[in-house]
Amino acid sequence: MDTDNIISVQGVSKNFPGVRALSDVSLDIKKGEVHVLVGENGAGKSTLIKILCGIYSPDSGTVYLDGAPYNPENPRAAMEAGIRVVYQEFNLLSYLSVAENIFFDKLPLKGIIVDKKKLYADTADVLKRVGLDVDPSVPVELLGVAQMQLVEIAKAISSRCRVLILDEPTATLSPSEISRLFDIIRVEKQQGLTVIYISHHLNEIYEIGDRVTVLRNGEFVGTRNTGEIEIRQIVSMMVGRQMDSEYPFMDEPRPLDAPLLEVRGLRIAASKHEISFVLKKGEILGIAGLVGSKRTETARAIFGADSKLGGQVLLNGAELDIKSPKDAVGHGICLLTEDRKSQGLILDMQVDSNVSLAALDKVSHRGLINHGEERRHAIHFTDELGIKTPSVAQFARNLSGGNQQKVVLAKWIFRDTKILIFDEPTRGIDVGAKYEIYLLLWRLLAEGKGILIISSDLNELMGICHRIIVFSEGQVAGEVLRPDFQQEHILRYAYRVS
Amino acid sequence: MDTKKIAYLLLNEAGIGIVLFALCLLFSLFVPAFASMNNISNIFTQISINTVIAVGMTFVILLGGIDLSVGSVLALCTILAGLTITKESLPLSAAIVLSVIVSMAAGMACGLFNGWVSERWKIHPFVVTLGMLNIARGAVLQVSNSRTIYSFPKEFNAVGTVSYFGIPLIFVVAVLLVLFGHFILKKTVFGRMIYAIGNNEEAVRLSGHNVKFYKVAAFVICGATVGLAAILYMLRLNIASPILGNGFELSAIAAVVIGGTSMSGGKGSLIGTLLGAAIIGVLNNGLLLVGMGDFARQMVTGIIIVAAVVLDTYRAKVSRMLI
Repeated sequence: MDTDNIISVQGVSKNFPGVRALSDVSLDIKKGEVHVLVGENGAGKSTLIKILCGIYSPDSGTVYLDGAPYNPENPRAAMEAGIRVVYQEFNLLSYLSVAENIFFDKLPLKGIIVDKKKLYADTADVLKRVGLDVDPSVPVELLGVAQMQLVEIAKAISSRCRVLILDEPTATLSPSEISRLFDIIRVEKQQGLTVIYISHHLNEIYEIGDRVTVLRNGEFVGTRNTGEIEIRQIVSMMVGRQMDSEYPFMDEPRPLDAPLLEVRGLRIAASKHEISFVLKKGEILGIAGLVGSKRTETARAIFGADSKLGGQVLLNGAELDIKSPKDAVGHGICLLTEDRKSQGLILDMQVDSNVSLAALDKVSHRGLINHGEERRHAIHFTDELGIKTPSVAQFARNLSGGNQQKVVLAKWIFRDTKILIFDEPTRGIDVGAKYEIYLLLWRLLAEGKGILIISSDLNELMGICHRIIVFSEGQVAGEVLRPDFQQEHILRYAYRVS
Repeated sequence: MDTKKIAYLLLNEAGIGIVLFALCLLFSLFVPAFASMNNISNIFTQISINTVIAVGMTFVILLGGIDLSVGSVLALCTILAGLTITKESLPLSAAIVLSVIVSMAAGMACGLFNGWVSERWKIHPFVVTLGMLNIARGAVLQVSNSRTIYSFPKEFNAVGTVSYFGIPLIFVVAVLLVLFGHFILKKTVFGRMIYAIGNNEEAVRLSGHNVKFYKVAAFVICGATVGLAAILYMLRLNIASPILGNGFELSAIAAVVIGGTSMSGGKGSLIGTLLGAAIIGVLNNGLLLVGMGDFARQMVTGIIIVAAVVLDTYRAKVSRMLI
């Protein structure tokens, strides 16, 4: 066996009732490398990770750690073997301090009392390693998302950690936070840490990864050195077919000059600035900006989900009085929220009920629901949007992330609003489903609608928008037209660098 | 039907039905008097009022709320209806019709208060209805001078004993109400909104619906069923009293919970509630026939409530695994 490998997965399979999550997967992780794991949702990445960290055990096949068979009985055994995971959803105790979180299972003791002095000193050391400048005694709930993530990483590397698994670590980080995270990864790698990195952002592979492994439908597709493969090829490996581009952009239809939605001097809570911009008919307008630049808050204020402090919203030149989402929907404006699980879907209801949630009047007569009609519409949408579900009677909870998002989309397409505001429409969704969603946007444009997209993925915005406005600290810092789309250009506005 | 679907049904209403059936079978085998026509008719009478209140309670609990005030409000409704019906200036038929209207209107007004206050100031209904429990009790003692009214017209009292083939009229009313409510919940937009809000209020609001309206409406419905229950109570016992209804809220909540409705909202049905009320009634009746005392019976009812909720956690887990 190759002694360069710290982990070697040999012919591992794992079945769940009705699903083959992993089938005969073999791959090697070299000592001290950053190994990126990519694949669409349902490709088997999470299952593989859960096997490595002792949550599942494989049905067949063997995992070797340093050449010896490794089959941790539980997460604790995996931790003791030096394999640590930082999940997308953090496992922090929000009311405890940073220090207590990091040293939760190994608090330094003086007799039976926690040795606070040593605890804080040790914590300060680890925090320095991850470049986080916070007081060790601060409760975690006061930290931002990026800081919480660094606490998680600090927790992982504070004990003997040989393999650090990062599950979508950049999903909620701003560009500067991402680059800081990458710096930390590089430093730790120099110290001999091996990193397994899972991401949906393919461009990150080149920045941080040494090798990349693609999984598809629970099968191993291939491992490549990142220097020897183009993004296009990775995408093809992931979806199993040729794709010309990550983003479809079409010449037709062109946006009309007439403003469809006009926001004038909008003022929102916790911001002293006024926001004004125009969305044209047939246009996809992107809103870029850092986390905390008040993009989501602006969208929510337009939609009436939160109250606005002042300013006007005009539709086709006429001022709208929007006090609630009900008013907004009545005027033909919809908002696809950032968090589909808690704000978009009713997870414990069927797909058809979710699709008709905003358009119950279309499937009912005098307050009586026509279930046959409802079902027919839902089937129409699942076909048209390619929603993968055994039937429309399936609970929304059991669909994959991409399909759930398509159900939310179907809900608003069924409502048939003139203006669609999308907040992070493709977050956590795999490449294939993203592409289908982009195509769908173009179909909607052809019907004369206007689309506003908020996204933290600049490549996405540059790929699909006609125009991008950049938010910075609660105001519109700049506007970039398609011919001038450049990452640097947009970021300069976002950071307000002249 | 495939096995999954059958298993799913068993875990829901069908399962509660089987428990009820098993209980009835058990009592019939060991207590001959249980299965007599007379006794069954008695059970129907005994569970009617609780069933009617539990219908309204189901609407409220499906939205994740609770109404603790139903017992006192029921007393208030009986007294107001009793004062109306005994007014001698009114012709008999008008007095009866008016008393029904007064009772329902009083119940709905209390429900409107409960719903509106808890929505307007975002106070948990537990607290608001706890307040209403005291307000209504105080009001009814005040209005009635803490006196019981029992001089109803004999025509009115006669209705309370009407029965068809051993099935009492008031039970028929209760079952019709359950069926009507079931229809509302399962077939109408209103019912769909109740379930949807109970599951995810924010998603419903952001889909462009007036969530507050539905939440207040559920309390008003609950009040209306209390008003109806008050009339049934007067028909059955021929009295209106300011001190009745103590603990009715607990029996109603118990029926709803045993019937499989989730206290956190969004899941459950009125058929379940009817079966839940029946289980409580059958247990009480059967255990009494066996010779069990009041105190022991109360303990058994308590155990059943806890068991139902424990079962509910498994039910959620198992049905998630099945799908």
